[in-house]
Amino acid sequence: MSLLFDFTVDKATKTIHITREFAADLDLVWDAFTKAEILDQWIAPKPYKARTKEMDFREGGRWLYAMVSPVEVKCCSMVEYIKIQPKTSFSTKNTFADENAQPRGNGFSLVKNSFKEGAGITTVYVEKVFNDLATLEMMATNGFKEGTAAGYENLDEYLLTLVTNK
Amino acid sequence: MRRDIFQAIADPTRRAILVLIAVHAMTPNAIAEHFDITRQSISKHLRILSECDLLAQKQEGREIFYELKIEKMEEIDVWLAQFRKITEERFQQLDQVLFILKNKKK
Repeated sequence: MSLLFDFTVDKATKTIHITREFAADLDLVWDAFTKAEILDQWIAPKPYKARTKEMDFREGGRWLYAMVSPVEVKCCSMVEYIKIQPKTSFSTKNTFADENAQPRGNGFSLVKNSFKEGAGITTVYVEKVFNDLATLEMMATNGFKEGTAAGYENLDEYLLTLVTNK
Repeated sequence: MRRDIFQAIADPTRRAILVLIAVHAMTPNAIAEHFDITRQSISKHLRILSECDLLAQKQEGREIFYELKIEKMEEIDVWLAQFRKITEERFQQLDQVLFILKNKKK
């Protein structure tokens, strides 16, 4: 079965739109996005593994997890839950943090995950807005690239339009 | 020394310099006039930008003009491609997890 994967970038609004179908019913896909024990199994890019330190899935709650490889521990990614509509959507603010959940740098992204059930297929739509392009890069490589976790300030709109207009 | 573009844009003064020279080529003195910092630290920022391969130099008479290599900014597209790839792989991992969980239920 071929599952839809659509990924589009709007550089002007620093937003990424992702649509992805999964061959499972809504209940299961919802759990996979909201329960630590399942998230830990898929959220980390290889060879890293995710290890949840804290999970409190409710509005105002947060999920704190580390990325662990055979040789190093990258701490931590923090997901703060802003709004939750069960089995429909949830919005988060994502940042990098230390083990005590103190933010590292000024970068963040705002994410809305929406879920739609079909016949044996659940479609997940992700809208991710970055506060600047440097954050996007940081999130893209999950902070694995040396030095990028240091607090970037807002990348000038001008540089952005340069790239967009090329 | 080779640096990457992230080091260029990690600093607010360097971003401001990039904005200035994106409009037209400028001499180091003309650039320095826009900032309330020493000529020496402007030189340091220019050196870093140059090491990031973002600057082209033009000699006109006794003066050196710096301009932005706009094509280098295309590296941003490379980051985006990286992010797409990581997202794609992550969701493939989720496919496997969902497959296992579904079979456990049965």
